Order: sequence, then structure tokens, then C-alpha cells
Amino acid sequence: MATQAEHQSTRRDFLFVATGAVGAVGVGAVVWPLINQMNPDASTLALASIEFSLVGIEVGQSVTILWRGLPVFVRNRTPKEIEEAKAVPLSELKDPATDEERTKEGHENWLIMIANCTHLGCIPVGESGEYDGWFCPCHGSVYDTAGRIRKGPAPKNLVLPPYEFISDTLIKIG
Amino acid sequence: MGAFPMSEHSTYIPGNGVEKWIDERLPIIRFSKEHLMDFPTPKNLNYWWTFGGILAIMLVVQIVTGVILAMHYTPNIAMAFNSVEHIRRDVNGGRIIQATHAVGASMFFAAVYVHIFRGMYFGSYKAPREILWLLGVLIFVLMMATAFMGYVLPWGQMSFWAATVITNIFAAIPIVGNPILELLRGGFAVGNPTLNRFFSLHYLLPFVIAAVVILHIWALHVPGNNNPVGVEVKSDRDTLPFHPYYTMKDLYGIVLFAIPFAWFVFFIPDILGHPDNYIMANSQVTPAHIVPEWYFLPFYAILRAIDFNILFIDSKLGGVIFFAGSIVILFFLPWLDNSKTRSGTFRPMFKWFYWLFVLNFVGLTYLGSAPAEGIYVVLAKICTAYYFIHFLIILPVLSRIETSRPLPTSISESVLGKAH
Repeated sequence: MATQAEHQSTRRDFLFVATGAVGAVGVGAVVWPLINQMNPDASTLALASIEFSLVGIEVGQSVTILWRGLPVFVRNRTPKEIEEAKAVPLSELKDPATDEERTKEGHENWLIMIANCTHLGCIPVGESGEYDGWFCPCHGSVYDTAGRIRKGPAPKNLVLPPYEFISDTLIKIG
Repeated sequence: MGAFPMSEHSTYIPGNGVEKWIDERLPIIRFSKEHLMDFPTPKNLNYWWTFGGILAIMLVVQIVTGVILAMHYTPNIAMAFNSVEHIRRDVNGGRIIQATHAVGASMFFAAVYVHIFRGMYFGSYKAPREILWLLGVLIFVLMMATAFMGYVLPWGQMSFWAATVITNIFAAIPIVGNPILELLRGGFAVGNPTLNRFFSLHYLLPFVIAAVVILHIWALHVPGNNNPVGVEVKSDRDTLPFHPYYTMKDLYGIVLFAIPFAWFVFFIPDILGHPDNYIMANSQVTPAHIVPEWYFLPFYAILRAIDFNILFIDSKLGGVIFFAGSIVILFFLPWLDNSKTRSGTFRPMFKWFYWLFVLNFVGLTYLGSAPAEGIYVVLAKICTAYYFIHFLIILPVLSRIETSRPLPTSISESVLGKAH
């Protein structure tokens, strides 16, 4: 009798598993909002897109602005810096990208990047380091004049935010 | 026999009708007498063993001062920095209470490092005390999380950048890294939601630690204490009741420990911190030289030692793997060291490698505070490699090739000499 019962699943087994499954879904449904409340809230998400005027930023000058709480470098590069960036062969780069890929066509002098080092998020110091770009004081990552990682523990180039030129002097980030 | 201290050794006889009434319903007086007073403790414990008691006191100090600070602190990015200054300047006795809490974190870690290294030297992690050790490592991890979040609360420059750098560690995890990062921060960068939740969790975690401490002591009271010769308790002659012998010895240790603690609190409360943390957090400027608190330096040195890609693992993820691995490996210590001899005193080769490991750990502490350039980068790599070699190669090999010195037959013999 017992052996037969082991091989056949009974109505009781089905109810047992079904109850367990409903219970698991129920627990998940309760736990998820308790975790999800930690995700960025509506007020944080509302700042997702900004417009910024480039008027007044001279050649060789940088400004740092805030987008979604993140600092963003806006740099008007000198012709020398652009030349240096273009002269680098891709084979020398840890995270290969051409200078053209790092800028917008027709606006090659403007380099717009999220200012957090891709290692652990410190803000690199501008116009310093061995490659005339940025040097991160925290763990020694060095970026070149196109914000590409050249040396140190950071794995990636400085991240480009999604942006577009609305006019020659106005950009929209986000 | 290991079973000896486990056996019922209750000598409690309720003194009056009320005690008897309580004992039949909740035998809490009997339990306290058994575990806090009569508990048979090896009679040869040295002063390194008082650090357990010191740590228990430190947890109480941190919780008491912390609850008080929370009465005056404001967890909001506009007000947090000023509210800490308000505590230090305006609140009655706030200067001392805040300093006690801040210095207390350092003293807590100093004591826990002594406690961990004592366990490593005397083989306190070996059978039958593996779970005791695992719970201890878990407490250490919880302490690190608590200390880190507490350090963020004053909302100075170091607070902010520590929060940025440490949360960024999670971004190294493939695929789910960035969603986890945003979940932890509650935004795209460290901000008010981050500070708010860190305050909530910083208040919660010490009570979780207290709960794990109770399990830690429970796991201690099943096999009983290890001791400096590492030979198990064999008879009543090897033990003394915990009270008054070790309550007094621990108390004396606590008083000695309180002297440097008080010196820091009263005379140089800020010397263990960093001047940059007296500049309010600024998300647009990173201080020129950021370092964590001293007690995180060895692990921080390991984190940044990996500045090269390993196969398909990029340097950032590699650093995080080694950083996490340096702590996780402690959980495996009881199974990496298979030597039957517990105490380092009777292990002629282990002794040398133990001190080399301590030296290497101190070296990592120094390198964690040094700038990431030149010779320091190379040394950090060597020390990081040695840290792992100690656990993964030296300990397993030693337990195969080493011949221990003869052990005393009992604790009594080691204390009293052969004649007894």
C-alpha cells in the first residue's frame, strides 16, 4: 500500500505543492516593494535631462556641471590636445576608441564626459597626468586628452553621457 | 575530554521561595550562574584572552554613545555636517560623547585585530571550534559594514568620497553591477537618499552584531575556551570558575585598555581621523589624497594592488575579487590549516610564518595609506600575493611537513611542571 502511494502523486501532494507555490509568490510580492523602495525615486528621476549653454567657455577651459547628481566635465579642447588624441594608435589603448567616437562631428573641440573615474568614482584632476588629460588622485588612473584610460586600475574610458548639440552653443544632456 | 564543559555543571540551589518560583518558570538565574559565573575556564588563559571581554564592553560603549548621538544628529545632506558640529559645540558633554563614539570605532577595531590574531596564533579556529571562528569572521564583516556607514554620517569630504568609492565596488559585478549600485545609493550618485538609509542601517547593524555575539558566546560555551597550550581541558584540575577569576582578569584588562582610549578621547580626539572630513561634502571635488580609516587600510591596499587585467577579468573587477577574497578566505581558515597541533607555541615552523604574516599585514596597512605610485605599487602587489600565499600554500603545506614539539599531557602539567 505504502509503495503504491509513493509512486502516485495524490490530490494532497498537488495541494501541498500548489500552496507552497502560492506562498512563495506571495512572499516575493511582499518583499519586492520593500527592496524596490531603495531604487532612485521619482524626484531623482525627474532631473534626467538638462540643457547647458557653452557660451563663455574659452579654448583650454573646463567646467564641471551636475547631471542627475553626477558631475560632468565640459572641456573646450585646444588644437594641440585634439592632435595628441588623434595621433594615438588604437593598439596602445586599454579600451580602444578613436577621438571621433569620443566627440560629435563638427564639434571635435568639445569633450563632454561624466567626471567620475571608471575605477571607483573619484573625480580626476584636469590637465594633469602623463598624457596631458586627467589624473585620478584616488588610485592613480591616468586619462588622455580624449578621456581615454591609459594607465592605472580603471578599466574603461571616462563615460560619455547621452547628449546632442541643439545649436552650436547649446547642448542637451540626457 | 571535549565533552567535559558541556556537561551539566549547575550547582545552583534557589536561595528562597521567589528564586525557586522563578527557576521553575524561566531558569534565567540558573543559566546566568552556569554561564557567567561558574563556567569552567582553563586556568592558564593569558592576557591576550581578555580581548573578548574588552570587545563586549566596546560594543556596549558604541551602542550607548550611538543612541545618544542619534538624539542630536540630523540625517539630511543639508544639515548632517552642521548637526555633528552642533553636537561637538553645543550639546551638554557632546564633545566627549561624540569623541568617544568616533575614537571608540578605532579602539573596537584595534581590539578585534588583537582578538583575531590571538585566535590565529593559538589555533582557536580548529576543531571543535570552527563555527565559533565562522561567527567571529561574520561579526568582523558586520563591524566593517557598520563602521563604514557610520563614517559617512558626518557628511564631510572623506565621508562622501568613502561612500562613493565603496558603493562603486558593487558596480564591478558584471551585468547586475549598475542596477545594484543605483539600488544601494537610491540615485545615480551618492546623495540624500544614501545618507538617510546609511543612518537607518548604521542604527540597525549593531543590534545584529549583538545577536551574532550571543551566538558566538554560545558556540564558545559548547566546547569551552581554547588556551595557550591548545590542550583540551581534561579534568576539574585544569579549570577555574569564570567568576571571580576571569571576571577580575578581564576587568583589569578593560581598565588598562581604557587608558589609551581615554587619552585619545580627552586629548587628541581627531588624530585618528582625517582633516578633510572637516570640509563639508562636495560632489564636484575629490580630495587630493583619499584614504580610508586606518582599520581598513590593509584591505584597501589589496583592492588597489590589482591594476592589471587578468585574462577576461578587468582590473576593477579583479581588485574587487581580491578585496572580497581577502576577507572570505578567513572563513576557510579552519580547513586550510590541517595541523593537529593547535597552539603556535608548539609549532616551530608555523611560528615564523605567523609572524611573517603579521609583518606582511602591517606592511599592507602602511601601503594602504601610501600614495598609489612608484615603489609602493610594486610592494603592494608583493604583499597582496603573500597574504594569499600564506593561506593557500604555506598553511596547507606546513600542516603536512611540520613536526610539532611534544605537547604537555594536560593544562595542569604545563602550568605546574612535570612533577604534578
